[in-house]
Amino acid sequence: MLIADRLIAAAIMAMSAYFMWHATVLPIGWNGMTGGPGGGAFPFWLSAIMFVAAGAILVRSLRGKSDYAGDFFDPETLRSVVMVIIALFVTIALMPWVGTYIALPLFLIWYIKIFGRHGWVLTLCLTIGTPLFLFFFFEVTLKILLPKGLTEPFFVPLYAMFF
Amino acid sequence: MELFGHMMDGFATSLSPFNLMIVILGVTAGLFIGAMPGLGSVNGVAIVLPLTFIVPPSSAIILLAAIYYGAMYGGAISSILLGIPGASTAVATTFDGRPMAQQGKAGLALIAAAVASFVGGTISVILFTLFAAPLADIALAFGPPEEFALVLMAFTTFVGLGGDDVLKTIIMICLGLALSTVGLDLISGQPRLIFFDQPGFYSGISFLVLAIGAYGVGEILYTIETSKSAPSVTPARLTFRELGAGLREMNKLWRTMSFGSFIGFFVGMLPAAGATPAALMAYGLAKVTSKNPDSFGKGNIEGVAAPETANNAASTGSLLPMLTLGIPGSPTTALLLGGMVMWGLVPGPMLFIEQPDFVWGLISSLYTANFAAVIVNLALIPVFVWALRMPFTVLCALVLILCIVGGFAPSQKMHDVWLIAGFGVGGYFLRKADYPMAPLVLALVLGPLMEKSFRQTLIAEQGNVFAFLERPLSASFIAISAVFFLLPLLKYTRSLSCAKAA
Repeated sequence: MLIADRLIAAAIMAMSAYFMWHATVLPIGWNGMTGGPGGGAFPFWLSAIMFVAAGAILVRSLRGKSDYAGDFFDPETLRSVVMVIIALFVTIALMPWVGTYIALPLFLIWYIKIFGRHGWVLTLCLTIGTPLFLFFFFEVTLKILLPKGLTEPFFVPLYAMFF
Repeated sequence: MELFGHMMDGFATSLSPFNLMIVILGVTAGLFIGAMPGLGSVNGVAIVLPLTFIVPPSSAIILLAAIYYGAMYGGAISSILLGIPGASTAVATTFDGRPMAQQGKAGLALIAAAVASFVGGTISVILFTLFAAPLADIALAFGPPEEFALVLMAFTTFVGLGGDDVLKTIIMICLGLALSTVGLDLISGQPRLIFFDQPGFYSGISFLVLAIGAYGVGEILYTIETSKSAPSVTPARLTFRELGAGLREMNKLWRTMSFGSFIGFFVGMLPAAGATPAALMAYGLAKVTSKNPDSFGKGNIEGVAAPETANNAASTGSLLPMLTLGIPGSPTTALLLGGMVMWGLVPGPMLFIEQPDFVWGLISSLYTANFAAVIVNLALIPVFVWALRMPFTVLCALVLILCIVGGFAPSQKMHDVWLIAGFGVGGYFLRKADYPMAPLVLALVLGPLMEKSFRQTLIAEQGNVFAFLERPLSASFIAISAVFFLLPLLKYTRSLSCAKAA
């Protein structure tokens, strides 16, 4: 827990520094012409406060004033969390390539059948029902087209039918 | 009497068949979301917001407000039947709700929670109606300096009253504000903070992306980690005889319920406080003023009634500053505010003048939402008992799908979906390390207003920083902010001197 607390504080410091470096593209100081701060001032000085506060957390932690104990991650369930995160990222990466209507059903099959160990009936109901709902809700009703990728040609007849 | 006329007009809007249907739909959805362990009003609103594009803007806000209401009712259901709070706002309900369920009085506890929520909701909506127009009138006099000072005050309440680690709270406020500056500079129009030269950042980071990330994906990850085994659902039966008995029991608790409503309403208005502390305070007060405080925690019906009135009243209370001042009183109302801005309705005093139909329609829909929620809640109790048996893996999978597609829909960019995943994982880590999420979301929503009002003031006053202190209202807001900000410092020095003396 203590190590995680320090690592997160250090990561926030690094991120603040990156923000500050980015903010310097615009003037960060006082703009004498118009009065008031320049365009980069807000992000720069806010990130600076963030940097100092995260630094203070790190110092406090190193001086042993934190009252944390135990593991940061629950060892029993950490595996599940990591697996879900990986599945989520893979699904998002697949979406623009093989299309929403392949990527999301694959995610559902993995999650419900393999990860959740449910039966085929439930898995298939949700794997077929969810994309149908999404199609009629987003594409037909709201006219928001979800990414199709490779599967785009298969949707042309459907578009002709519903639009 | 002007108020009466406004309310009549409002009811004409909210009682139209379409809006009535929207309200019933909203509270039912909210009840289910609230009843799911781990998911509360803020998660519900974040996940459902993209779906509300399907109705016109004013109805969409009514729908979201109804979901908010429903979720506040629903939180009690899993607190009582599972012993796991449906949302943090319903934590105090588990103290006595769970023992009641274990004694076989689950039905009575559910009735008590629903009736208490209704009383809390109704009293607070009446207070809301009385306060809204006068507060908006005062707010009409606000210029940029007052706006800036008010936003500053909202943030300092987190530092002074938030109860979380002060340093971590400050980090989250600054992070939210810094993220809100991504995109084009408000005044000069130049691009800034375009990370990794990704074109997606030119349009800024939407509050919705952060909310779906932190409260959708992040919450699911957190729940996956904390829920090891499926909890057991206590069966609850509900008969008309029990309902009658429950109502008679509740009739004795008027004092507790009215205390709870007032505490909830006023605590709920503060951005840093909100429904959870309000519910805990109401529970504490009910216990202290009770004739037999020892029975609390062992299944006293008063211990269910007090927190449930307070958390519902608080949800209404937090709507008041959002609608009249444009400063949200809770993360959920911050999302409502973001949604309203997205639909071109800018909350604040001008809304009362420019869109009176919408404002009073929304206020009167809170009354109908309350009625609908208590009826749907009591009628669907068997359905909730069944729904709570739904395997957790199914719920998580569906919520994650909704997060992905809901994140894509508003902007139609994969960039935002990646950001959601990133915020989800990042938010999960930060939350585990006790970084508070509420100030982050509020800061992202209020950031543009804060920066704009700050810079507008300085440009108008030729760079005179003391402009903020020259106007009485903004000066007093700044003074209050200073007090809130110094509060933790004072506590710290006192604890130091105590430690030295010891």
